[in-house]
Amino acid sequence: MAGVNLKIDGVEIEAPVGENLMQAATRAGVRVPGLCQLDGLSVVGACRLCMVEIAGTPRPRPACATPVGESMDVHTDTPRLREHRRVLLEMLFAEGQHICAACVASGACELQNLAAELGVDHVNFTPPPTRLEMDLSHPRFGYDPSRCVLCTRCVRACAEVEGAFTWGVAGRGRETHLVADLGVPWGEAESCTSCGKCVSACPVGALFEKGTSVGERRVTRALVSTLTARRDRESHREVLK
Amino acid sequence: MPRTLLIDPVTRIEGHAKITVRLDDAGAVQDTRFHVTEFRGFEAFCRGRSVYEMPALTARTCGICPVSHVLTGAKAGDAVLGVEPPPAARALRRMMNLGQILQSHSLSFFHLSAPDLLLGFDSAPGARNVFGLIDAEPEIARRGIRMRRFGQEVIAALGGRKIHPAWAVPGGVLGNIDPEAVERLRAEHETIVHDAKWAWARYGELVDAHPAEVAAFGDFPSLFFGIVSPDGAWEHHDGLLRFIDAEGNRVGEDFPAERYAEFIGEVADADTYLKSPYHLGAQGGAPVGPQAPGTYRVGPLARVNLAERMGTPLADAALADFRGEFGRVPLGSFHYHGARLIEILACAEQLGELLNDPELGSGPLRAEAGINRLRGVGVSEAPRGTLFHDYRVDEDGRITGVRMIIATGHNNLAMNRTIGQIAEAFVKGPDVAEGALNRIEAGIRAYDPCLSCSTHAVGQMPLVLRVEAADGTLLRELAR
Ligand code: SF4
Ligand code: SF4
Ligand code: FES
Repeated sequence: MAGVNLKIDGVEIEAPVGENLMQAATRAGVRVPGLCQLDGLSVVGACRLCMVEIAGTPRPRPACATPVGESMDVHTDTPRLREHRRVLLEMLFAEGQHICAACVASGACELQNLAAELGVDHVNFTPPPTRLEMDLSHPRFGYDPSRCVLCTRCVRACAEVEGAFTWGVAGRGRETHLVADLGVPWGEAESCTSCGKCVSACPVGALFEKGTSVGERRVTRALVSTLTARRDRESHREVLK
Repeated sequence: MPRTLLIDPVTRIEGHAKITVRLDDAGAVQDTRFHVTEFRGFEAFCRGRSVYEMPALTARTCGICPVSHVLTGAKAGDAVLGVEPPPAARALRRMMNLGQILQSHSLSFFHLSAPDLLLGFDSAPGARNVFGLIDAEPEIARRGIRMRRFGQEVIAALGGRKIHPAWAVPGGVLGNIDPEAVERLRAEHETIVHDAKWAWARYGELVDAHPAEVAAFGDFPSLFFGIVSPDGAWEHHDGLLRFIDAEGNRVGEDFPAERYAEFIGEVADADTYLKSPYHLGAQGGAPVGPQAPGTYRVGPLARVNLAERMGTPLADAALADFRGEFGRVPLGSFHYHGARLIEILACAEQLGELLNDPELGSGPLRAEAGINRLRGVGVSEAPRGTLFHDYRVDEDGRITGVRMIIATGHNNLAMNRTIGQIAEAFVKGPDVAEGALNRIEAGIRAYDPCLSCSTHAVGQMPLVLRVEAADGTLLRELAR
């Protein structure tokens, strides 16, 4: 397999062509923060938390959406990047209403973990004045738009893995939110198979199992990745036959 | 020209209180007012949220008794689900409430009130605090700290070491008690009962030392209200609600939480955010002020006065002493202190029963159900008195309306009256002495209201006393 050689935070690594910097970094033992990327789903580069600096390039690039290149010298943890990530996180918090003490995901939340890791303990932006209502119309699951970070992992899990295409994104700017089918309450969305893949893919407490309470979200985010990995293996078998 | 004294504590986050004492031209007290801020915008904050979040959300509205909100919110949630939590969950919830009452009463009595009571209301302000108490009475301070820590350990053994243990949820509780903690608590339990007994034994001496305060600190007939167990014994979490009059007679029938609005009305007052609840059955309809016939008190004194017995041997013996000394229904709010000490004993004894129950924590801990009722009322006894949560939800379990009545609200009319009584006895003209200011503060503190100032561990509410003429000219200012 054709490969390239590059350096990530000083670690020399060989990577196959087509791999992205996030994957290469992971193999090099370097964790790059990110919210919208989930193994097994397509890459959208939406959250911008995974920005890295590449020597010789003027602006930082999203690691999840940048392919590896020969002799790249990548830095994932510079003061500039840390500051950039802190500001982004603060904005994510400010756009919603995050009360971790009342949230199902507390203790198992990627946003909360990032905040702890990057030392974001207060938010300098003014939170929005109105609260968005929860959608609890689905018999098994709930959606809380005020905790949604619009990473679209659920949208992709639903479309790419389950094939149901229930979730979509509507609205602009601060009004952006998820919609089920053509904007009906989730419980009325005919396309939804109630498989729960979206819930398991959600990095935060925006999608959850009904009846669960503070800190009760089970961490099942690898589920979608596991399913897709298995499918790949299965299709290989098909080919080999 | 009437003059106005303003006692204005420095605001902290929880809401603040302000006391106005209006003097007539002769300098005599004409009127007193107690103003408190309440949870503003709280209902809007909860609307659209899931009922499962309510215990945790309501706990955040109050940094002073979050445990009480968690437990009451969970009970209101039980009512929405239409379930009774499994027996093990109910026992563990009761245990947490006992721990909460024990730790809160220990703070109220030993840290906040004991300096006044033991060192004297006119003693030097600099030493009249918990540090002064440690110097003068190290033993009582030490035992107070130990009892408080024990109560906190009980809470932590159940809810973990969090500031807001959102551990009780609609239908039950999230987790079982930590078995290692049970061992530790069992080992320490005897000492705590012993401390509680020792503290109670000193109460008579405190009453004897402060005859003027006993007489002036809200000594008036009123109704009393709170939870009693179905057999009439002292209760703090499950049971029926009861009103009694100043002689100890039941006023009407005992009733379950969801019927509270048939018995309790509320008047709003433009002067204060805190509404004044009153007993609806009292003749004369809605009251116009603290002298009204519907005035009632909640909290330790009310619970002890309501109870036909405490239900554990040492607390029952203490209750017999208390009633032998001060009558069937002690009316003075000073006796909140005594009632608190009796409850500390009861909590210590009942915690012992739970800790030694081999069945503790066995069996299911949570009843699962969907949304079966569109309204749910929960009630529990917070350390400072009866707490109601009343939720309305839609068919998906989203909150559409919230009403809460907190202990400090129930006591509002009575606190007003208490302040009036103290001011009449100790304020003579605008030259208010430090001791009078301190007595007003102590009079409020007897109720242990949930104000930021009542949590001041060092012992003094940060008060600013302003003496003003009617046109607002400052005549005198006393600050500390
Ligand atoms: S989604 Fe995460 S960050 Fe937001 S409230 Fe829940 S735990 Fe906190
Ligand atoms: S619901 Fe969760 S997974 Fe979906 S966009 Fe929002 S945060 Fe991402
Ligand atoms: S993880 Fe790369 S942009 Fe979100």
